[in-house]
Amino acid sequence: MKINLILLILMLIAALWTVMGRSLLKATISLAITSTIITILMFRLDSPLAAVFELSVCTGLITVIFVSTISLTKPLTHKEITELSKNRMKRFWYLPVIVAVVGAGLILMKIKNDVTTMSGEWSLLHDVKSILWNFRQLDMFGQIVVLIIGALGVSILFEERRRDEW
Amino acid sequence: MSGESWQVMTLFGFFIALLFVCGLYCILVTRNLIRAIIGLELLIKAVTLLLIVTGYVSGKPALTQAFVITVIVIEVVLAVVAGGIALRIFRYSGNLDARELNKLKG
Repeated sequence: MKINLILLILMLIAALWTVMGRSLLKATISLAITSTIITILMFRLDSPLAAVFELSVCTGLITVIFVSTISLTKPLTHKEITELSKNRMKRFWYLPVIVAVVGAGLILMKIKNDVTTMSGEWSLLHDVKSILWNFRQLDMFGQIVVLIIGALGVSILFEERRRDEW
Repeated sequence: MSGESWQVMTLFGFFIALLFVCGLYCILVTRNLIRAIIGLELLIKAVTLLLIVTGYVSGKPALTQAFVITVIVIEVVLAVVAGGIALRIFRYSGNLDARELNKLKG
């Protein structure tokens, strides 16, 4: 439990750094750190398959996507960065205060332990593969459609770029 | 729910709520489109972790892993398409300021 608590605190610090950090590239790296800590937590919560997905896709692929997107945009000049950082701190310093207030509110709420877990045919399933292929075929179909839409969307966006360059 | 499960649920639920607040604040306050997408990613991560904790506590981690895999696939496609749109807006307007979108027709 102590390890979980330490990991959760580290996750929150990484998330705060993601939101409050000045540089977009550093924000992307701290998002990857958040993902990595969530991966460790997933391993500890008996979900290795989801953890591997999180590590490979969220920590790896999404970071690469963000870094590529940032590298394709124009970097700001030193003067612009100074002006932006002044205004940024005015807007973002509220976040730690809000997090502290929400945290204190949650501690004071004292939610009762009257939650019951569902039972039925789902309790018989212990294998992710059988759930995905026997019970959630529609999810699989939806995932394939979403992936095709994503690939088509990106190809259209880059196609437009080539036409612009002509 | 047993005492230990409830303890895990409350501990994780507390930090998941704070992670959700971070993501929501990022989306509401930032004017940079890429940072808004990063905020959205934080929100999705909070939901993913909540699903995993629910699976652990209810003793059905396999079922929630199937849902989490679906969420992660949608998350990555969202990041790719949103990043592409942000890039397109940057080429159109010269910056990533969300306020520039007010000038668009339609």
